[in-house]
Amino acid sequence: MPAPTQEEILEKLQPIFEEALDEPGLKVTLKSSAANTANWDSLTHIDIIESVERRFDVRFGLGELQDLKDVGDLVRLVIQKTK
Amino acid sequence: MSYLEYMSEGLETDLARLPLDDLLMRKKSLRRRLASREGLQPVRIAVLGGSTTSEVVSLLDLWLLESGFSPTFHQCEYGRFYIDAVHDSQQLIDFAPQVIYIHTSVADIREFAPLQVTEAGFHECVAHEFARFAAIWAALAEKIGCMVIQNNFEFPPFAILGNQDATSRGGHTRFVAELNREFAVAAGKTPKLLIQDVCSISARIGLDRWFDQKRWFSYKIATTVEGSRALAISLNAMVGAIFGKTRKVLVLDLDNTLWGGVIGDDGPDKIQIGRETPLAEAYTAFQEYCLSLRDRGVLLAVCSKNNDEIARQGFEHPDSVLKMEHISCFKANWDPKHENIALIAKELNLGADSFVFVDDNPAERAIVRGQVGGIAVPDVGDDVANYAGVIEDGRYFEQASFSKEDLERAALYQENSSRAAFETQFADYGEYLDSLDMKAEIDRFQPVYIARIAQLTNKTNQFNLTTRRYTLAEMERIAADPEFIGIYGKLSDRFGEHGLISVALGHRKGNALHMDLWLMSCRVLKRGMEAAMLDAVAGAAGGAGISTIFGTYLPTAKNGMVAGFYREMGFSPHFPLPEGLPETATMWRLELTGYTGQNKHIKVTNNACSNPGRDSGEAATHI
Repeated sequence: MPAPTQEEILEKLQPIFEEALDEPGLKVTLKSSAANTANWDSLTHIDIIESVERRFDVRFGLGELQDLKDVGDLVRLVIQKTK
Repeated sequence: MSYLEYMSEGLETDLARLPLDDLLMRKKSLRRRLASREGLQPVRIAVLGGSTTSEVVSLLDLWLLESGFSPTFHQCEYGRFYIDAVHDSQQLIDFAPQVIYIHTSVADIREFAPLQVTEAGFHECVAHEFARFAAIWAALAEKIGCMVIQNNFEFPPFAILGNQDATSRGGHTRFVAELNREFAVAAGKTPKLLIQDVCSISARIGLDRWFDQKRWFSYKIATTVEGSRALAISLNAMVGAIFGKTRKVLVLDLDNTLWGGVIGDDGPDKIQIGRETPLAEAYTAFQEYCLSLRDRGVLLAVCSKNNDEIARQGFEHPDSVLKMEHISCFKANWDPKHENIALIAKELNLGADSFVFVDDNPAERAIVRGQVGGIAVPDVGDDVANYAGVIEDGRYFEQASFSKEDLERAALYQENSSRAAFETQFADYGEYLDSLDMKAEIDRFQPVYIARIAQLTNKTNQFNLTTRRYTLAEMERIAADPEFIGIYGKLSDRFGEHGLISVALGHRKGNALHMDLWLMSCRVLKRGMEAAMLDAVAGAAGGAGISTIFGTYLPTAKNGMVAGFYREMGFSPHFPLPEGLPETATMWRLELTGYTGQNKHIKVTNNACSNPGRDSGEAATHI
């Protein structure tokens, strides 16, 4: 099975962001981050990370979590972890 | 069923039933939904934490909302629980909390005892650590005077000394145990201090699932999500207890809830209770659990679909732990359970929102959950071994200690007598039936089902018009005889399969069909299955050129519930009784001319009965 593309992962992440940020219809992009997205506070960030780990059945490392800057980083991390 | 499916079906967002994943992802929309209800009771809660408290607060917020509170929170800055309580308290005082929660973990213990310390030195170290917390409680009592909830401590994530960690003076495990003991003593002496037993709560989940190093280093959260949820559930129960919202009544079903088997069918001497089998032992243990709740002040009530007289005999069983004298209100009849629960509430003069309802049947749980505002209906499943554990998890009967409760509740808070009336979900019973998404397979007897059909004739006693018993051989012969019309019904709903639960069998005499048998399992009572079965019988009879159906009711000690069955199904009384029937029997007649289908709520498939023009040659395909 070919590795999923960034677009495919982003698509699967959409509902998590919509729900966790409580913004139905919200479109996140690879450039979305806490800095440029409404409702994305520190607790919501934790909820998002936990939800992504559970949704994709992956566990992120401490250092990886620390380096996350935007959704693009998260997408690439998911791809790397699900290989 | 996922949360989304609940939502799309318009069902209540029952937090206890939500998978953790859904809970996490949908906190904000859940909050919006729960907070939009009317009649919520405001409560001001300050949380002083030694670690990050936002996660546990966000979950407690949801649980309190669900319990009918509208909470406002004040959280201290990270790790400042001691300073804000003892020294820098103005913000806290200004917030005017009604409850203060001091959320600390084993990571907040500053100094453990050194390895080489004497026994006296060990106790000095514990006393020193204890004094820090005692100072907090004293300061809060002086400055604010509200109820304080202080957690005791979970055991440390590592046992550095191995097993000796629990026995050595330098062991952290021993230190925590001793400090917790001091907390327990203090709780008995300090007014307005309640201890949250995190030591037990964490142990139930398991320490390895309680604490996650990664979350600690990343967020300084001292628990896993699972742990935070357990804290929130426990705190919700404690806050409810402080404000007098503790539940007071356990409403119990009987068959397969308090004993194994169906007492109306199996007989009072055949129910599973006692010590003879593992299953009987499990029911006995559950009865003992219920009795222990009663001993601490929880009222027990019975709400069961049963014949009253027969149901009472279950409590006369020599092995029954529960006796009738333990039951404060007893309702065994064939009316819908939500109606009986309303009667129980009236008779006990308590709100149904102080009830917890336990029933092995998911459909009964669904209608009670939907129709009775505020009642707790835990998903106990249908395995008696799990009932008590699920009830425990709900923390329904939490109480502040008795003296304190009397002191505090009476003095500070007025019982909220006008309970928030929560919306019920179904406009009427028909809407509820439709929500069950019932599908039935109703057809002429099939070879594969003959054994089950014969078995049902032998074990069904309550919904059984004639109580005629058939052997397998007899039933096989009848099934192959074209002069008989035999119909079986299988039912499923969104909770699962009920299997083959109804049988109707008649023999032809001229242009009439005489029903020899009509039976149904009581667990699908009042689902509309009776109507669907009649439609099938009428269809098959009409197709065979039959114009009249005759039904007979032969009363027994157990089948009183179907005395009026044929009348309810549109039959007219028929006289005189033919020879050979007992005097107590009744006979009924239904003319098929102009018969219209009665089934409204069940989607029927595989129904070959409505095919007209069936002849004896075709019978072979149905056996």
